Amino acid sequence: MLELNAVYAIWLREIKVYLREKERVISSIVSPILWLFVFGSGIGETTYPGTSNYQAFILPGILVMSVLFVSVFYGLYIIWDRRLDFLKEVLVAPVSRASIFLGKVLGGVSDAMLQAVILLVIGTLLIIPLEPIRILYILLILTLISFSTASMGLVLGANMRSQEGFILIINFVMWPMFFFSGALFPISNLPEVIRPISTVDPLTYAVDALRTIFFGTGAFPFYIDIVVLLAFAAVTAILGVISFGNLQQAK
Amino acid sequence: MVIIQTKKITKKFGNITAVNELDLEIEEGEIFGLLGPNGAGKTTLISMLCTLLKPTAGSATVNSFDVFTQQLKVRKSIGIVFQEPSVDDLLSGRENLELHGMLYGMDAKEREKKIDEMLKLVDLVDRANDPVSTYSGGMRRRLEIARGLMHKPKILFLDEPTLGLDPASRKNIWDYIKSLAKEKSTTMVLTTHYMEEADMLCNRIGIISSGKIIALGTPAELKRKVGEDIVRIKGTTDLEKLKRYKFVKKVEVDGEYTELILDNAAENLQTLLAACSKLDSVEVRAVTLNDVFLHYTGKEIHDEEEGEGSWFERVMRVGGTRA
Ligand SMILES: Nc1ncnc2c1ncn2[C@@H]1O[C@H](COP(=O)(O)OP(=O)(O)O)[C@@H](O)[C@H]1O
Ligand SMILES: [Mg+2]
Repeated sequence: MLELNAVYAIWLREIKVYLREKERVISSIVSPILWLFVFGSGIGETTYPGTSNYQAFILPGILVMSVLFVSVFYGLYIIWDRRLDFLKEVLVAPVSRASIFLGKVLGGVSDAMLQAVILLVIGTLLIIPLEPIRILYILLILTLISFSTASMGLVLGANMRSQEGFILIINFVMWPMFFFSGALFPISNLPEVIRPISTVDPLTYAVDALRTIFFGTGAFPFYIDIVVLLAFAAVTAILGVISFGNLQQAK
Repeated sequence: MVIIQTKKITKKFGNITAVNELDLEIEEGEIFGLLGPNGAGKTTLISMLCTLLKPTAGSATVNSFDVFTQQLKVRKSIGIVFQEPSVDDLLSGRENLELHGMLYGMDAKEREKKIDEMLKLVDLVDRANDPVSTYSGGMRRRLEIARGLMHKPKILFLDEPTLGLDPASRKNIWDYIKSLAKEKSTTMVLTTHYMEEADMLCNRIGIISSGKIIALGTPAELKRKVGEDIVRIKGTTDLEKLKRYKFVKKVEVDGEYTELILDNAAENLQTLLAACSKLDSVEVRAVTLNDVFLHYTGKEIHDEEEGEGSWFERVMRVGGTRA
């Protein structure tokens, strides 16, 4: 089912393309840093679960956000591939659509992780010192999250006909997923009515898993976070393979 | 052996029927030409045979695999040069070919060798390492062709491969197609706007119009069906009388000229001319594929009249829309 040479070939193409589009690389690094310092400094000292430093408190959320944005945008990018018709060359190749999908997802994971590593380095140096083993765990969780969000972006991109859907997805999928995840405030502070939304938002568990590693305490048991994240990854991957299986040429 | 077979294959886009219950059989090893005016459905037909578009109705097999249920097996049997630009702008020419080789399971050594051979064929050796975004329209086209020909598929689809090429590159491509044909191991399906190209390369030709095959045969057969020779007369003619001759297949008046399609001009020309009262000029030539095309479709073939602009315009437009 999976042809590793094809997965590698597609991943390699994505990496080359990413690194060649300098604006993409720069903006993907600059924006989360801005977020971290703009948001992190605006609010006064209070105590948050596990830390008294708001900047430290939102660091996991900002990491999740940056991974979410980079990888979903990456996924939506295949709309341009389709318009360019480059995708045709890949779709007609003698490899399973699952391989194409996996190569694409890994490309998105790489983009997102490049940025996450930079953020994490800044975070460890300036905000909250972390020992290597915790950094490793954080990177593993982030890889899992970016796998799911890149898959999600590709599913959306593969099923979208035009760029108009783009704004809708940003406004009605990405921002809500980010805000209700408790990235910027503890979900226990959220109004009762909104809490169910947070509970079904997979990113809530992503933020919570990271917070548990950062500060040793989370809103949910750690294993629940992991189970939800694995399920999110499985569902998006399955949807992705199906969507890619159905992909036809755009014109 | 029949290697491509379609049964009432149909593709509708909304209320446009691009391909209409089309039946076609292509034999292994032949070069089959698909000729038709723009919008006739050639590209749509090829896309369905390549598994890139799902037929609305009907079925087709390629290399005895069903294009609907055995897509991967079909893809393993084919190669294609797309009509629309599809090379990756952000990669270099060589990287585009490398990606192709990897996707088609070639190992590094084989890839290297084949890439050099192809770059030479399309005369891109000097520019191979430049990003495609710096290529001219013709260079992109040549890269596209190099990529399609790189692996040797059992069945090769060439959708207007030489459109927009200079004569020298065109000749290179023709020679390569002919050399492939000599080996008899590759079946080719070719669409083209150039009648002489079709005449020279194709064993059989299907003329397609409004999604249907309206004429099918070898170039010689098709010409014979229309007639053997064309006589163009300027002078006073008696149309009714001319039409009564058995050897006259078609008479058309074009201003002060009368154009007749007839069988065997050598034998019948004297009879014909004797029936004209006054002659200013007479011109005789053999029927060409272009006449056949006109006869069946009533249209001249023109590459400029593509609905959405020329290939080059499209490359440029698309190139500008990317993020
Ligand atoms: N994706 C599409 N959506 C809508 N109409 C299409 C699409 N692709 C092709 N068509 C229409 O189908 C017809 C056949 O097109 P095509 O197969 O490209 O013709 P050809 O290759 O013979 O010029 C045309 O009328 C064209 O406008
Ligand atoms: Mg076409």
